[in-house]
Amino acid sequence: MFRFFIRRVALTLPTFVALMFVTFVAVRLVPGDPIEARTGERGIAPERLAMLRHELGLDRPVWQQFLDYANGIVHGDFGVSIVTKTPVLSEFATLFPATLELTLCGLAFAIVLGIPAGVIAAVKRGSVFDHTMMTIALTGYSMPIFWWGLLLIMFMSEYLGLTPVSGRMDLINFYFEPVTGFMLVDSLLSDQEGAFSSAVSHLILPAIVLGTVPLAVIARMTRSSMLEVLGEDYVRTARAKGLSPFRVVGLHALRNALIPVVTVIGLQTGTLLGGAVLTETIFAWPGVGKWLIESIARRDYPALQGGIMLITSIVILVNLIVDLTYVAINPRIRHG
Amino acid sequence: MVDQPLPGETILPDGAIIETVPPAPSSLKAFWSAFSENRGAVLGLAVVLFIAFLALFAPLVAPHSPIEQFRASVQQPPVWAGGTWAFPFGTDAVGRDILSRLIYGARISLGIGLSVMIVSVALGIVLGLASAFLRGIVEVVVMRIMDLIVAIPSLVLAILVVAVLGPSLVNTIVAVTVVYLPRYVRLVRAAAMAELSKEYVVAARVAGVGRIRLMFVTVLPNCLAPLIVQAALGISDAILEAAALGFLGLGAQPPIPEWGAMLADSREFIRAAPWIVTLPGLAILITVVAINLMGDGLRDALDPKLRRS
Amino acid sequence: MNATSTPLLSIRNLSVTFATGRGPFRAVDKVDLDVAAGELVAIVGESGSGKSVAMLAVMGLLPWTATVTADRLSFDGKDLLALTPRERRKIIGRDLSMIFQEPMSSLNPCFTVGFQLREAMKAHLDLDKTARQKRAVELLDLVGIPEPERRLKAFPHQLSGGMSQRVMIAMALACNPKLIIADEPTTALDVTIQAQILDLLLRLQKDSGVGLVLITHDMGVVAETAQRVCVHYAGQQVEMQDTRGLFRDPHHPYTSALLAALPERASGRILPSIPGVVPGLADRPAGCLFSPRCRFATQTCRTIPPPRAGADLGYALCHTPLVDGHPRALKKLEMPA
Repeated sequence: MFRFFIRRVALTLPTFVALMFVTFVAVRLVPGDPIEARTGERGIAPERLAMLRHELGLDRPVWQQFLDYANGIVHGDFGVSIVTKTPVLSEFATLFPATLELTLCGLAFAIVLGIPAGVIAAVKRGSVFDHTMMTIALTGYSMPIFWWGLLLIMFMSEYLGLTPVSGRMDLINFYFEPVTGFMLVDSLLSDQEGAFSSAVSHLILPAIVLGTVPLAVIARMTRSSMLEVLGEDYVRTARAKGLSPFRVVGLHALRNALIPVVTVIGLQTGTLLGGAVLTETIFAWPGVGKWLIESIARRDYPALQGGIMLITSIVILVNLIVDLTYVAINPRIRHG
Repeated sequence: MVDQPLPGETILPDGAIIETVPPAPSSLKAFWSAFSENRGAVLGLAVVLFIAFLALFAPLVAPHSPIEQFRASVQQPPVWAGGTWAFPFGTDAVGRDILSRLIYGARISLGIGLSVMIVSVALGIVLGLASAFLRGIVEVVVMRIMDLIVAIPSLVLAILVVAVLGPSLVNTIVAVTVVYLPRYVRLVRAAAMAELSKEYVVAARVAGVGRIRLMFVTVLPNCLAPLIVQAALGISDAILEAAALGFLGLGAQPPIPEWGAMLADSREFIRAAPWIVTLPGLAILITVVAINLMGDGLRDALDPKLRRS
Repeated sequence: MNATSTPLLSIRNLSVTFATGRGPFRAVDKVDLDVAAGELVAIVGESGSGKSVAMLAVMGLLPWTATVTADRLSFDGKDLLALTPRERRKIIGRDLSMIFQEPMSSLNPCFTVGFQLREAMKAHLDLDKTARQKRAVELLDLVGIPEPERRLKAFPHQLSGGMSQRVMIAMALACNPKLIIADEPTTALDVTIQAQILDLLLRLQKDSGVGLVLITHDMGVVAETAQRVCVHYAGQQVEMQDTRGLFRDPHHPYTSALLAALPERASGRILPSIPGVVPGLADRPAGCLFSPRCRFATQTCRTIPPPRAGADLGYALCHTPLVDGHPRALKKLEMPA
């Protein structure tokens, strides 16, 4: 187990170095000079240009610049935003809880609905429920979520007037200092009446939109994994013991069927964070996804570079955790 | 398992297995009979063919030009919502015929999907076979790069590529190709490695078949089934990804009638002209669902082993 | 057959039909079987002869594509077909248990041996936790597993095939069953282990007086163990006799051919084999299912389904049952009504 852990961690290091390299090169490939981007189109005196270049280390050899960049990242320096002049890391850290809250709720929505739906569809294979479920899953899987978000806004917010259109909180009526950064928790802590329900009503549509594709993927995966497991000999053994169908399906079969499902859930991290970019843009959700898109519009390349670096590091980390969980729930590997 | 022999096999008491396979029908016929068993797949295929027809003959089918602005009929609702037959699906905020834009948009979306698929399949075959056959440093480098690409959320990576190259239709294709390349490389490599250990490859090697010929003529055809399935499903993913980029303003630029881009500034018309929001998204959804249905059917017909996800 | 007392397991006219993509497939066709308490009955037949399916039907373990019909399917005086699923589950695993062919895949890889062993007791027996643990240790000891306490904590993948099958046997014995169905319990094991497991099973059967239905395709095993033998062919029961009688004077040509194929019995240099194959879904003959492969087949055999002979002829399903190796036409009065 420990050796597996070490090996798995070691394997992520080259990926991480390559990531630094790619973000470094990518930003240097961007058309336009970074100094020019900073100073605008009015032009700049040559001596001031030289000074700025020196200040930014742009006069040094490229490999030296890369080492500086890598060294900075290792020490938590992800650059400074051109627009806000604040360190990218601190900006990211302020915005990330919003994204995390959205992502976790989206994933929870997907798991809570997806696994039972997949299990029931597999147990009642060929039934009306199965067909309906799988049609919904196919539609969800094929859904352009930016359009799905617009449709939900159109129906739930504009037509029925049930949910707010954008943001995380009704800021006109409520204000409180962020404690955890999670609006759901902070609104409860604030003791202001109605704050929590405001947080929920803001969160619900984005979470549904973000969770739709993972929901479809998890439901499909659970169903097919479950179908396979239900045909296994050990499920027959469990039934031969006279156990209740609930125990046979919910314990003996599901425990095994979940192993590939957990992997798939882990692989959804990328989908979720990518989807967060779209969802946050549609719902004006102040998270890192929206920030990333705005950075492009503002040509804030350090922010883009640092943001992508950070988001990807998170995905790599989550995948690492998922792999270790996979080992933990699968005794065949644990003792292998 | 209940104790029944596999189809076409009979197991005698002494354990001997006798093959009783009837003469195989032609493989294309067998494929079609397996494929057509799946009603969803046939429906998907029909819809895909219909959309492809619209895309191919867009200039003949579309009632108007996709970029002509009819200033007199701005935001005209569709026929069923009180509009006129001149603009069956209504017009958008600057008076362009939505039906025509959707029909031309099919060209863009299918074009992107197919280009991405062709380029990434071709690259995937070359890189995948190369890492399976050459092993060593080639394999390590290629597979590490693929690991990296997979680690970056696909949309974020596409955004990075577009940010570097600048937003355009061609760069959308490049970005989406980069994003989906690892699937094909990994798939081809895994399939080729599995084949390489089989005896017919060893036999071909012993017979002195050259490396290139071994790669492309001996091994590749035996890896095709999963590749075809992945390619079909890859088209729909590429269409979705490209539409997302278009929606974010990082894909096809106006006035190109790309479906995602058509949605980009539709938000402000949610109240006034809901059809501007509804129809392009519906076009994307229908196309993607149809391709996925078809792809699922292909998978079941070509490669029963892949029935997993 | 024991006619005086009611048998433990009694099956009349059991048929199982699977719904397949190419139409219904009858895997078990009108099978009869009685097993008395403490009796050891063997069911013999090649793969696909429906012997496992018939017993899975008794256990109620067939997939939903299967339809089970029978004139009688009773165990311990209860009509298994009339029971609700809940009532049936009270019997299955307690009074009636089963050992499967593939021990390695029949144990759940996610749970320890001990968990799976105690689970059946928890469902059926009124024992507390420590008593269950104690019994689990005893059971592993009984089936000859060294260091039972440690083994209880092991996961199935840490056990060999032989060990796994011992665990499966322990599981089957856990609730003191009245009847155990063993479905080719040694087929998947190494040859050296096969004898050990079979010996274990026979010893436990003898010691505890439990009834045992042994499904096998190995005539050698049958000769050593069983009191009575049923021979299955293509889903039908073609013959049922005392073991000694069957080996001395097989009445169905298929049984006779099977025995002739035993290496111990072969006289020539070449081991005799049965030509042809078991009929599949598509090529079922109109008359006797064995007729395409039968040495003695007549035109009648090919066109008319055979009648069942009486007890004196081993209930042979044949137009011309063999007596001392020679076909004999059935007399009218021996044909069942």
